[in-house]
Formats: sequence, structure tokens, C-alpha cells
Amino acid sequence: MNNRYIALIVGVFLGAIVTYLLVPNAPPPAPVDQAAETAPAETLRDAAGLTLKAVKERGYLQCGVTQGLPGFSNPDDKGNWKGMDVDYCRAVAAAIFGDDTKVKYRPLSAKDRFTALQSGEIDILSRITTWTMSRDTSLGFNFAGIIYYDGQGFMVRKSSGITSAMQLDGATICTQTGTTTELNLADFFRTMGMKYDVLAYEKNDEVSAAYDQGRCDAYTTDASGLYAERLKLKNPADHIILPEIISKEPLGPLVRQGDPQWEDIARWTLNVLINAEELGVTQANVEQMKSSDNPEIKRMLGSEGAYGDGIGLGKEWAAQAIAATGNYGEIFERNIGVNTPLGITRGLNALWKNGGLQYAPPIR
Amino acid sequence: MWSFSRASISWTNPGFRAFVYQAISLVLVVTLFWFFISTAHENLQRLHIATGFGFLENTAGFGIIQTLVPYSEESSYGQAFLVGLLNTLVVAGVGIFFATVLGFIIGIARLSSNWLIAKLAMVYIEVLRNIPLLLQLFFWYFAILRPLPKPIDSITPLPGVYLNNRGIVLPQPVMDGSAGAFFLVLFLALCFAYGLHRWALKRRLATGHTFPALPVGAAVVVILPLLVWLIGGAPLHLEFAEHGRFDLTGGMRLLPEFIALTLGLALYTAAFIAEIVRAGILSVSKGQTEAAYALGLKPGQTLRFVVIPQSMRLIIPPLTSQLLNLTKNSSLAVAIGYPDLVAVFSGTVLNQTGQAIEVISITMAVYLVLSLITSFLMNIYNARAALRER
Repeated sequence: MNNRYIALIVGVFLGAIVTYLLVPNAPPPAPVDQAAETAPAETLRDAAGLTLKAVKERGYLQCGVTQGLPGFSNPDDKGNWKGMDVDYCRAVAAAIFGDDTKVKYRPLSAKDRFTALQSGEIDILSRITTWTMSRDTSLGFNFAGIIYYDGQGFMVRKSSGITSAMQLDGATICTQTGTTTELNLADFFRTMGMKYDVLAYEKNDEVSAAYDQGRCDAYTTDASGLYAERLKLKNPADHIILPEIISKEPLGPLVRQGDPQWEDIARWTLNVLINAEELGVTQANVEQMKSSDNPEIKRMLGSEGAYGDGIGLGKEWAAQAIAATGNYGEIFERNIGVNTPLGITRGLNALWKNGGLQYAPPIR
Repeated sequence: MWSFSRASISWTNPGFRAFVYQAISLVLVVTLFWFFISTAHENLQRLHIATGFGFLENTAGFGIIQTLVPYSEESSYGQAFLVGLLNTLVVAGVGIFFATVLGFIIGIARLSSNWLIAKLAMVYIEVLRNIPLLLQLFFWYFAILRPLPKPIDSITPLPGVYLNNRGIVLPQPVMDGSAGAFFLVLFLALCFAYGLHRWALKRRLATGHTFPALPVGAAVVVILPLLVWLIGGAPLHLEFAEHGRFDLTGGMRLLPEFIALTLGLALYTAAFIAEIVRAGILSVSKGQTEAAYALGLKPGQTLRFVVIPQSMRLIIPPLTSQLLNLTKNSSLAVAIGYPDLVAVFSGTVLNQTGQAIEVISITMAVYLVLSLITSFLMNIYNARAALRER
């Protein structure tokens, strides 16, 4: 009998403690309209600066990348991540810490990438992700800019004799699940009134293997991805990429909505890389350029004004980023340019003054 | 059902104590859930992530390779959910059928007095049961079905049947005109055959006279519809597949992803079912078999009328959990690209809407409901098979 009394008392006591700990944390269920008016403004102010603070305390940046796509984010034979998306992460880390090695890369499938960012597993998603309205608005993200202007294409076997995407009526097409590619494909065939079967796998490597073994007639993804994946096939020379580009795929890094300061850091690091190319600041000459006469360069590199203060970083932030990775043009040529196995020309990704689309707002 | 009276509200009353304990647990559980839900809601709002189930009505805009109900890119996410659900159900249904049949055959074979058959059954069970299912799926999909020839060089074991790396293509039966009458007659013939069987059984139990219900019933089921089919001008014909630009067009197609998944699930689960069947049969006392032999029953009859009915009592409950396992294991479809519920709904739809909490909750609820329905049906059957004391 005594034991039962003790059990009861302990039970009630524990219950009271747990209830006490839990209940104050849970806000009273406020009427929806009222919450909508007041809550966002308050929480926005609360959240500003939290990400940068967390990253600094942690000592490294967490960056979401692909599971391996040559030229964009791919580990080399020593296990070091290389590629354009990786270089962007390095630039951000350098801007924050002055050290581009303070990044941890998290390989993510196309399907898992958004939940990883939403849940705070990563700070930045730099993973050939297309900027679309729904991702920007209802998924709770903000895009920092466009690092690569891409478009979706098709790859087929040369032996099939196909030379245009218009001849793909009735084809089976392989793609990766959870991408805009799946949607563009549906749109394209619907518009053209053609029939198709889509086979969607979760990993890039599974898609490549299925295509390589003849499970499907064509492989579709962003054109840059097709060039990269073609290198992995058994006989790259047996495959051609069709001339049609069926969509706009502006690829860029993205961050969670709700921390404007962090978003600014992501956006302006990218802008700095593009501006640096336009102003002729390179990895090699960034130190000398600090004493340049050009006021634009002086403002960017911190010898005039203190623009880094506005985003919670030091004066040197931009110079650190450029010293780590070089400017946008250097990153492009090093990873995917004409002298790399991918051999992609600048095209749409040339600077605006060279007839391309890359244009960054000024730092002033 | 609190069985304590007002007069006995005291700690010495076990009923009252139980009530208090349970009330406290209930309050704790409810508080905990309320805390989870309100925190999630608050955080989602703070992060500006859309919430609610309204997305189910939005246009999905992506294609699915196997659809059992009408579906196009213009259909809603709700319709895509239905397509994924049916694809899961088809795999689970076909898998359960083959796993059960095969499991019974192998379980009985394991006890065969023929040394070779018993050892073969043992090897089957030990190999299939001890290799992870995912690896088996990879084996069927990547090692067996993937290397099949391209559509142009299809293997044709029978005219109109094509086997290639895009799956199996069969001729499609096409109905026209008076096909309705044919199916009506077929249905009536089946009903008649069943009635005949029941009548013959009743008569045999009452009088001991036998009636050849099986041959007569089979004859009725085959001849009558055939007659109607011929009179109606053969309204049912087969449409054969033809070589198209990329692939065979027309005909009925089984995808290699579907075949690999069904095959893998059925063969794997059958190994477990075989062991359950063996245990059930061994649980029936040897005296029962000997008694049946003494009555002059043949071994087959002994198994069918004496041993199996008694062993079912032991077989049903663990069999149910194997069938539940099969249904849940079907979510491994995502590994080989079969568009089941997990691949379509908590894969593509989740990614496009970003509403992880809603999508995952729905998916979990679906598997829960499927499992509960399977349990429910098996419990009904179990109640019928249970020992009835007279």
C-alpha cells in the first residue's frame, strides 16, 4: 500500500513538473488574423542577425551541395569539394571568417534539399537550384541572386538518329525526381502535343545509369548538368545534347526567409564576385587593388567607407572573398569554362558589357 | 468503464487509483501533442512556410509513368496522391497474393518426405530470408531486368508477348459491341457454379452421396460464355503491340520497376510465410495425422481436411504481421524508381509544395489505415478459424 502511495505522489509530481516546463513555452492559440498582423514583424526583428551569430559561434558555415556533379559541386580524388557552387560557399566563408576552409559541405539529393534548409540543417543552399516564384514565396526561402543562367535540354544516343527535341514523340525520358525539370518536361510535351513516359529516380547517378543502360531514350536536366553527366557515361562520344532549350533555369544560392542580414550577406557576396570581374579585381591582384585610384574598387575592398558594417562583417569582407576564390569569371573558367572537361562557353553568363546577363548592383 | 462507486473515492480503491493514473497520463499526452502542434505552427509561420491542406487542389504539373486512374499533368496534387496510393495498393495486393500462395507451397514442401524437395525448400528459405530486401530488389532490377535487350531486339517467347528492358508487353484484350452480354453470362455462370458446389456439399454431408460439382461447374463456366461470345460475333479480340519509333506501342505493359518490386516483395515475404506455415503444421499433434490415416484418408486429404484447418489457428496471427510487413516494405519502391505513394507523394509532391509536415502526416496516416484494414480483415478470418467449443 505504501509503495502505491509513493508511486502516485511521484507520478503527480513528475507530471506537474513536465506540465510546468511545457505549458509556458506554448503560446496561447491567438486568433489567426491578429497573429498575421503582429507576429511576422516581431519575429523578423528577432531573427535578424541570428544566423550570422550562430555561424560565428559554431566556427564554420554549413553549405548544402549536390551529391556530385562535376564542375558545380563534386569531391575530387582527395575528398575535397570542388566546383562553382562550392566556390561560392568558400567565398561566403572567407567573407565571414577570412578563411575559406571553414565550410562543411552537406551533399543533398534534389528531393531533400529544401527540408534541409527549412529545418536549419544548413545555412545556405548552393546546389544548382532554380529560382522560381513558389520556392521564393511559399517554401519560405529567399534567393540571393543568379550564379548561372541555365536552361533545360535533352541528351540522346547518337545511334538513335534524333537531332531535335521535336522528334521525341513517344519516348521514355529519365530525370531526377523533385526538380523543376519534371515540370518543364510535362509543359514542353503538353505544349507540343506529344506523348512521353517519364521515369524519375532519386539520385543523379541512378538517372545516368538508367539512361546509359537503355532504360530510357533521352535524359533531361539543365544543359550544364547534361554536359557534366555526359562525362560520367561509358562512352561520352556516343551521346549528343539536342539544340532545344525548353526552359529558363536561373540557378542561384538561397537562404531561409526571416533573417534579412543573412540574406544580405549571401546576396552581396555573389554581387562582389561579379563586380570584381567587371572592375578587373582578381585573386592575384586584390592586394594591390586596395590602393587603386578607382573609387568603386576602393569602396568594394574596404579602403574607403565601411560597407561591411551594414551586414555585420568587417571592412575586409569583400577582399577576403575575392582572395579566396577569385572573381566570378575566374570561378567560371576554373570549374566549367572552355579549358575544363565541361568546356562551357560564357554565353548568357558573360558580363552584361560583353553581351551576357551577369550584372550586379554597385557597392556604394 | 470506470467501475467504482461514488462512495469509494479513496486511495484504497484500486479502480479509483487506476482512474487517477490514467487521467494524469491523458492530460500529459494531450499537453505534449498540443505543445508539438502549436510549436510547429508558430515556427512555420515565423519561417513563412505555407501551411494547410489547400495545396491538394493545386495543379500537379508533372507526369507519372504508371497511372491506374485517369491522370495528366493538369490533374491536381490530390489526384497524384490517388495515383501513388493505387500504385502502392497494386504492388501490395499482387505481392500479398503471390507471397501467400508461394509461402504455403514452400512451407509444406519443407516438411515433405521427399529429401530433395525438403532440402530445396530449406535452401530457398534460408537464402531469401537472410538477404536484406533492398539488396534483393536491386538484384532483380539491376542484375536481371536491366540487362534485357532493347525494345527492337525484344525476346518473344509467345507471339504478341515481348520481353525487353522496358518491361513485359502483352496483347491487350479489346471489347466491342456485345461484350457486356458476355461478361454478364460469365458472371451468372460463376454464380451458378458456386451454388452448385454449396448444394453438392450440403447433400454429401446429409446423405453421403457425391456429385461431380467441379467438372460440371467448370463446364458451365467455360461453355456458356464461349457460346455467347461466338453468337455475339466474337466481340473480344486481342490487340498486339507494334514496334514504334522508340519502343513498342499498344498492348498491355508491365514496367520492369513493377515486376522487380512485386517479385522481390513476394519472394522475400514467402520465405517468412513458409516458416510460419511449417510451424503451424508441426503444431498439430501427430496423433491427428495417424487418426486420419486410420480412417483411410489419403495423405493429401489428411493435409487438406485435418492438418491445415487446425494449423490455421496458429498461422493466421503471424501471417497477418508478415502481410503488414509486405505492405510497408513496398515503400522501398523509391529505390528503383517505381512511382508508389512514397515516391510520388512524399517525394515529388513534397518537394514541389515544401509542405513536409502535411505530406508526411498524410503518408503516415495512409500506411496506418492500410495496416489497420489488413489487421481487421485477418482478425475476422482468425475469428472464423479459431477453435470453437461445442
